[in-house]
Amino acid sequence: MNQARLTVLVSEGAGRLWLFLVLVFLYLPILVLAVMGLNDSVHYTLPFTFTTRWYEDLASNERLLQASFNSVAVALANTVIATILGTMAALAFARYRFRGRTVLQLLLFPPITIPWLIIGTSMLVLFFWTGIGRGLHAMLLGHVALSLPYVIIVVGARLASIGPDLEEAAASLGATPFQSLVRVQIPVMAPGIVAAALFAFAVSFDQFVISYFLAPPGVSVLPVEIFSAIRKGFTPEVNAISTIMIVISMTALLLFARLSKFGGER
Amino acid sequence: MSAVDVRNVSKHYGAVTALDRVSLAFPNGSFFALLGPSGSGKTTLLRALAGFVEPDEGMIFIDDQDVAHIPSFRRNIGMVFQNYALFPHMSVFDNVAFGLTVRRLPRAEVRQRVTKILELVRLDGLDRRKPRELSGGQQQRVALARALVTEPRVLLLDEPLGALDKKLRQDMQGELKRIQRTVGITTVFVTHDQEEALTLSDHIAIIDEGRLIQVGEPGDVYDRPHTRFAANFLGDANFLSGSVRDSGIMVDRLGYIATTSPLPAGEATIAVRPERIRLMAPDTATQDNRIEGRVAERVFSGASLTYTVDTDAGPLRVLRQNADGDVIDIGDRVALVWLADHSVVVED
Repeated sequence: MNQARLTVLVSEGAGRLWLFLVLVFLYLPILVLAVMGLNDSVHYTLPFTFTTRWYEDLASNERLLQASFNSVAVALANTVIATILGTMAALAFARYRFRGRTVLQLLLFPPITIPWLIIGTSMLVLFFWTGIGRGLHAMLLGHVALSLPYVIIVVGARLASIGPDLEEAAASLGATPFQSLVRVQIPVMAPGIVAAALFAFAVSFDQFVISYFLAPPGVSVLPVEIFSAIRKGFTPEVNAISTIMIVISMTALLLFARLSKFGGER
Repeated sequence: MSAVDVRNVSKHYGAVTALDRVSLAFPNGSFFALLGPSGSGKTTLLRALAGFVEPDEGMIFIDDQDVAHIPSFRRNIGMVFQNYALFPHMSVFDNVAFGLTVRRLPRAEVRQRVTKILELVRLDGLDRRKPRELSGGQQQRVALARALVTEPRVLLLDEPLGALDKKLRQDMQGELKRIQRTVGITTVFVTHDQEEALTLSDHIAIIDEGRLIQVGEPGDVYDRPHTRFAANFLGDANFLSGSVRDSGIMVDRLGYIATTSPLPAGEATIAVRPERIRLMAPDTATQDNRIEGRVAERVFSGASLTYTVDTDAGPLRVLRQNADGDVIDIGDRVALVWLADHSVVVED
């Protein structure tokens, strides 16, 4: 074996090792979390003894189940509302020239970078002042506001890669703007819309700060509930519910990655 | 009768004038080329016909109806886009059927008309494919079938052959002409390719800086360009300028050049096509015009050769068919001769 081949092999090996380390860094905490959810010890001590009791306990933990249900409900409602509104806004930005368009487009970005703590505080103040108050409805409102920029940017990127040609082609063939939207633009935008919907779901489902601020006593969502559970003293039930959520969200993501190869690709 | 009639149409984008009071009648059934450099306004004119650009002034008649302010989807036009703009999520059949299904025609009629038009463009059997599974030439045919199936009043083509390679482009030119003749539809197409304009169309409009420069049949526009721009853009030309005398001009250091065109008073410019000049031995007999020079450059392009001859009034280009294979050497003295008929007076 000559020197050059050896160098190539070594650098390939190093590359693989690096990739492996990155994956370990990303997934080891999650793996530990999942494994500890199946360990019998309340205090996370070894040796490992397999049990499903934390999952069984979970079934009777009303608070955690109610919080999970709230989380999923708010996230789904947020996904639907933010995706529809955001797609409409992205279409307007991409296809129409109107006064203030550039300024509005620029204003999309600050909410992504402003700390959630500040946004949460200002929402709390605003909602009190306007009488919207706290509760799941306020949370939903806050989440929609937070998700919109992500949806607009993701769908907008897809629209920019499509260009106005297809819309013009549809119009030249006699399609009304509505027919063109339903039969051409939405199907072609579909991968972008699905990606944006996933973003919107994740933004809401992960959201702690705003949910915490806007949750009245007695109403909770999963991140808030997990936080207060940790403060009171951790039990592996939290590991169990977290594992379930991770499995659900990763399945959704993998499904999307698989499905997005079909349909609207050019 | 004109199928399409553009009257005094202007379009401005801020300080830029894309169309400047353009009036143009497109005869029924004609194959009309809009020819001009990029940025000349030819595409804006086509898009105004399609309804994607709303003119600031003027009227656009399609079959005696002013459509200048009517949206595209109510105009009953067919358009083929430069990149075809096929719907990527639909099969060939659904792409072609689109214009019929948005009009809510019965399913049986849709199937029958799509099948018929796919036969016309020779794509029968490919109706279940997706656009990305087709070659460039096939995509072009789908785009054409889709535009024609609704039996529009006018067919608009935006640089339709620009994306194809040369050989395929020549094949498609023939196809396009055959299909246009079969359907008999008034067709307007935009191109910056002068050869394409000459081979395909029966009418040419030359456009520059938003203005109509010249309109006519290809042969007329080629033989009788009105301006220096028209002579240069459609074909190649040599220009000679001088003061008018009798039926010709006096060119500095060169002498008298005769023409049969009507001349203005004072100064005039004459255009001569490179292929209208004949190269002769220095002492042979003369035609109406005869000047001498020395061959400075020779470009071989297979079927023909282009010589650049240095004369007292500067270099002139001469195109010579490679008919009997005799080649004139660089440095040889030659006589350039041509008929007064081929000296065309142009505006600067």
